[in-house]
Amino acid sequence: MSREHILHRVRTAIGRSAGQPPGVAPPVRIRVPTDDSALSVAARVTNMLARVEALAGKTYHAASPEDARAFVAAAVAGKTALASNAPFLADCGIANLPGVRTGIVDREELRECCSTVEIGITSADYALADTGTLVMLSSPQEARLISLLPPAHIAVVPSERILSGLDELFAILPNPAELTSSMVLITGPSRTADIEQILVRGVHGPGEITVVVVERG
Amino acid sequence: MSAVFDKKIHQTLADANLQLAIYTATGRLKDKRTESVAEALMPEYQELRTQANALKKHAIENLDYYLEEFERNVEAHGGKVIYCKDGTEVSDFVLGLAKERGVSLLVKSKSMTSEEVDLNERLEHHGLEAVETDLGEYILQLGHERPYHIVAPALHKTRFDVAAIFEKELHVAYETVPEKLSQIARGVLRQKFLDAGIGITGGNFLVADSGAVVLVENEGNARLTTTAPRIHIAIAGIEKVIPRAQDLAVFLKLLARSATGQALSVYTSFLSGPRRAGEIDGPDEFYVVLLDNGRTKLLPSRAKRQSLYCIRCAACLNTCPVYRKIGGHSFPWVYSGPIGAIITPQFMGVSYEPSLPFASSLCGACAEVCPVKIDIPQVLLDLRSDVKKAETREKKNRLEKLSFRMFAWMMTHPRVYAWAGWMARHGPILNVGPVRAWTSQRDLPPRPRQSFRDMWSRR
Repeated sequence: MSREHILHRVRTAIGRSAGQPPGVAPPVRIRVPTDDSALSVAARVTNMLARVEALAGKTYHAASPEDARAFVAAAVAGKTALASNAPFLADCGIANLPGVRTGIVDREELRECCSTVEIGITSADYALADTGTLVMLSSPQEARLISLLPPAHIAVVPSERILSGLDELFAILPNPAELTSSMVLITGPSRTADIEQILVRGVHGPGEITVVVVERG
Repeated sequence: MSAVFDKKIHQTLADANLQLAIYTATGRLKDKRTESVAEALMPEYQELRTQANALKKHAIENLDYYLEEFERNVEAHGGKVIYCKDGTEVSDFVLGLAKERGVSLLVKSKSMTSEEVDLNERLEHHGLEAVETDLGEYILQLGHERPYHIVAPALHKTRFDVAAIFEKELHVAYETVPEKLSQIARGVLRQKFLDAGIGITGGNFLVADSGAVVLVENEGNARLTTTAPRIHIAIAGIEKVIPRAQDLAVFLKLLARSATGQALSVYTSFLSGPRRAGEIDGPDEFYVVLLDNGRTKLLPSRAKRQSLYCIRCAACLNTCPVYRKIGGHSFPWVYSGPIGAIITPQFMGVSYEPSLPFASSLCGACAEVCPVKIDIPQVLLDLRSDVKKAETREKKNRLEKLSFRMFAWMMTHPRVYAWAGWMARHGPILNVGPVRAWTSQRDLPPRPRQSFRDMWSRR
């Protein structure tokens, strides 16, 4: 439609011609912390858990995969849950807990299941310690809706996957589009303050978020 | 000043409840921002602002290049880019696609760009149902109102207003507890998400090297809008393009802090194309509408094109003493506050509401908080000059010109100046005409008995 028209207007206005290479871009500004406190896994775990709690999320630091399994088993007892196809959930023995469904690869089935279960269980590709953020890349292992439609979300993350922050994430993944159609950063439970600036959690996404950090030993 | 602008300002000033609502909400957002960018918490804040400004400047100066790069990469990931001159082209595209795919229900997440082109009205006119899903926007859609604020659209509504709107429009019991109101909206909208054939979003950033649309939100409605329906259409202004995904490390840190004081918004989605082979969910079709709608008019002037750097955080609204008194609906177009005062005249033409660039004390608070360092007061001055030039062309400001000529004559004739000074100190106050217009809004300072020149001659 108006492609040529708009590009022509842009070029005329800024004094460029078609196909002209761009000027020199400002250098990328990525600052990955190098001090010990940011580098040690223990410090990252501590920061991560503190940030999630500050956002009203729940946390659990599991000493082993078995410990994580026991924690999740208690959390889902008596409830319905859907676990993603992440290999780490299977490795921990979480995907085959009683009452937990898993292994869905069909979109319609997934939608149906996600709109009825009480808890969605996922892993996360990374976590960001300085903001308490989960980084989820859409893949055959991780569907988007599991962390979105059920009212509660439990994320089970190996401790070595915790990065210092956004800068480190974009240092590791300079172009996330090469890997996935969707990378989502999740920082705390869904919230709104649209009515009188009063904070309400769980407006569209999960109102409860639990981050389980697992030491693989 | 147009009569409408004048009337809305006076209505807002006279409404004590509204005054309190605006003052409290903007005050809270302003304080949260201030805390979150404090030196102790964020020593790199000023450096990030400088970098963000440099990146935006570079992107705008090479805009055609980055638009084409963005387009190539969207297409490489199986999406499609559509350039639109104006709102008609946007709605033609959406209507055409909806018709081809047999879609009659669309869900929308908050997008100022779609407000700008009245997309909902256009779609409804053609019999489509387009439902806003951000809680604030949903309340306003039910109440048939425009957003009051760029980030907090229903800032002027009390819980009682919302209760009344929901009762009338959704036929539910009168309910004033915000948690319960949110649950009502969640329930109604959940079904809309699952039934809708198309999801429409805006775009906070368009990433050229990835062909990605970045969406920043707190509720999860943008995620649902881009995941549940089979088709995702993102509508964004051409100025939203940034060179690299890595630049998000700068922009994301600034955006949420400036808007609400959060370190990161709850959900940041980085979306590039439809779902890939093997991915279980996500849309089958992915379109990005790149909208001009007046933006290219800003590009020729180096000074004014910085208005296009805006990332819509609304920090300038929250800090603006004028916005905090006159509110969002006094502004003539969808964009309010200082940023609205500079982009409205440039998108719509200076004669749209010629007094807008003058509705500012030029205190500079907006420029101080702007995360991308737009020099808003300077652009306001340039626009004032444009308005005056246009008025001169239309011979509208003859009286003003005459008075400035008289002023110049007085200032260059010392005796006349001395006489005028004496009259100002001792003569009668002629509280009529333009003087009355001035004194009706301001107190005259007490008149001194002697002038500086008198004092000087006596020492």
